[in-house]
Amino acid sequence: MNRNLVQRLGFGLLSTVAFLTVLPILLILGYIITQGAPAISWEFITAMPYGGMRSGGIWPAIVGTFYLTVGTAIFSVPLGVAAAIYLSEYAADNTLTRIIRLAIINLSGIPSVVYGLFGLGLFVFFLKFGTSILSASLTLSIMTLPVIISTSEEALRAVPQAFRTVSISVGATRWQTIRRIVLPEALPGIITGIILGLNRAAGETAPILFTGAAFFLPRLPGSPFDATMALPYHLFVISTQIPEMPFQIQYGTALVLITFVLTMNMLANFIRSRARARRQW
Amino acid sequence: MKIVIENFSLQYQDGTESLRNINLEILPNAVTVLFGPAGGGKSSLLRCLNRLNDLADVQKMAGRILIDGQDIFEPKTDVTALRRKVGMVFARPVVLPMSIRQNLTYGLELAGERRPSKLDEAVKRSLQQAALWEEVHDRLDDPAIALSGGQQQRLCLARSLALQPEIILLDEPTSGLDPISTGKVEASLQELKKDYTIILVPHSVQQAARTADYAAFFLQGELVEYGDGKELFTSPKEKRTEDYITGRFG
Ligand SMILES: Nc1ncnc2c1ncn2[C@@H]1O[C@H](COP(=O)(O)OP(=O)(O)OP(=O)(O)O)[C@@H](O)[C@H]1O
Ligand SMILES: [Mg+2]
Repeated sequence: MNRNLVQRLGFGLLSTVAFLTVLPILLILGYIITQGAPAISWEFITAMPYGGMRSGGIWPAIVGTFYLTVGTAIFSVPLGVAAAIYLSEYAADNTLTRIIRLAIINLSGIPSVVYGLFGLGLFVFFLKFGTSILSASLTLSIMTLPVIISTSEEALRAVPQAFRTVSISVGATRWQTIRRIVLPEALPGIITGIILGLNRAAGETAPILFTGAAFFLPRLPGSPFDATMALPYHLFVISTQIPEMPFQIQYGTALVLITFVLTMNMLANFIRSRARARRQW
Repeated sequence: MKIVIENFSLQYQDGTESLRNINLEILPNAVTVLFGPAGGGKSSLLRCLNRLNDLADVQKMAGRILIDGQDIFEPKTDVTALRRKVGMVFARPVVLPMSIRQNLTYGLELAGERRPSKLDEAVKRSLQQAALWEEVHDRLDDPAIALSGGQQQRLCLARSLALQPEIILLDEPTSGLDPISTGKVEASLQELKKDYTIILVPHSVQQAARTADYAAFFLQGELVEYGDGKELFTSPKEKRTEDYITGRFG
């Protein structure tokens, strides 16, 4: 009886704490939705901004963020997954690989504005890509790589060693084992890592600030060497740089950005559950 | 002679000398049992026979292993072909994360077999040989993981049989199984030895005595005694073998 009471108290306490941790998220979401929803309209999503960005829509920023995310994926996904496969399946455990791992861990701790500065130096000036989608995507890729590598490597390592041994023992080569057994098993985890990394890239302002983001661009970018507007940077601009900005537009933009990120998350979940279902567990 | 092991020694990176100067000739169409206390080197020897030990941290290897007269450590050896020819069943049943059918066709597909009729045939034949066909023939596309432990182990046996190997290595294949499943596996082995060379590391002396046509007693990397199964278990020549069989150590 007494023990039962203690247990009930314990559960009650735990669920309160759990609720408290999600409370801020719910508040933020609720606030942005209530403040931003009135701004959302077909025009807001699909039109160019005008009147000093105080009217019109945010279409170029949406397209820009989409381009940047795709650009980041093009560079960081193949490279990141390949690096993870190398580290988990091929590389011996020696000083070199330990240094690589240490570098990856430390890279993910670097503030994003530092990546921005680095991208400015390397891609914009040294490689002469200019302030462009290309430079910004490459900068975001470097920032995203550590996330993709470490989550993918973790997912690969979680595949039981016995699967590899068995596969080899029925005459598979190492690469066949990786392609047919290890990768499919690790795929849900790898996809999660990719989406996590790309989500972060999509929401960052600092790395694209110097490398590819345009303050205002009355047209869509036409090539990878054009600068582009992007949602997070646009949000920064309209929130701090433009006086007398109608606040619905700010919250509307935030709402679109959040929706973009959440949609990607949901897509990731969908792909993961599909992958699971196809492999039957 | 199916397999000839000549002056074979094996040392791991950490300095453990797992096998010392082993000489052993293994006959086809018989069950040869390798037994002895833990750490004797039985598993290491098995893993050398299909070169699965290539994956381990081996420091030094000396001597030769001939299968059908071919030195398997020669550089020109096709290791994947060797592994198809020398099948292996492990102590813990490890089914691949696929359906029952795919577990069986996996190795064949890697070897280039694509014809559905051939694959179906191999699935049926191997399951029958492993005494599992009756239990699973109507759910071949279910995930293999859904089988019971004993069924999984017979599936593992079937998986190596699907490749039509010539030699089957079994490392304590029944250590996790109940007596009935164990009986089924042992019965299949007696059936299989008509067509295959079988090398078994048993999980007990009793199983060794039950199944052995020939038996080899391993003690700390050394082959102490090797001979006809019946004789070895009733009248061992070596004192150390006798002590172990009668339970005085190990
Ligand atoms: N991959 C490895 N790396 C280093 N040492 C190993 C490795 N595999 C086995 N050994 C060592 O080699 C010796 C023989 O081991 P092995 O597994 O071959 O013995 P076993 O006779 O199969 O024993 P058991 O009955 O416990 O299975 C042991 O001392 C073991 O510690
Ligand atoms: Mg062993």
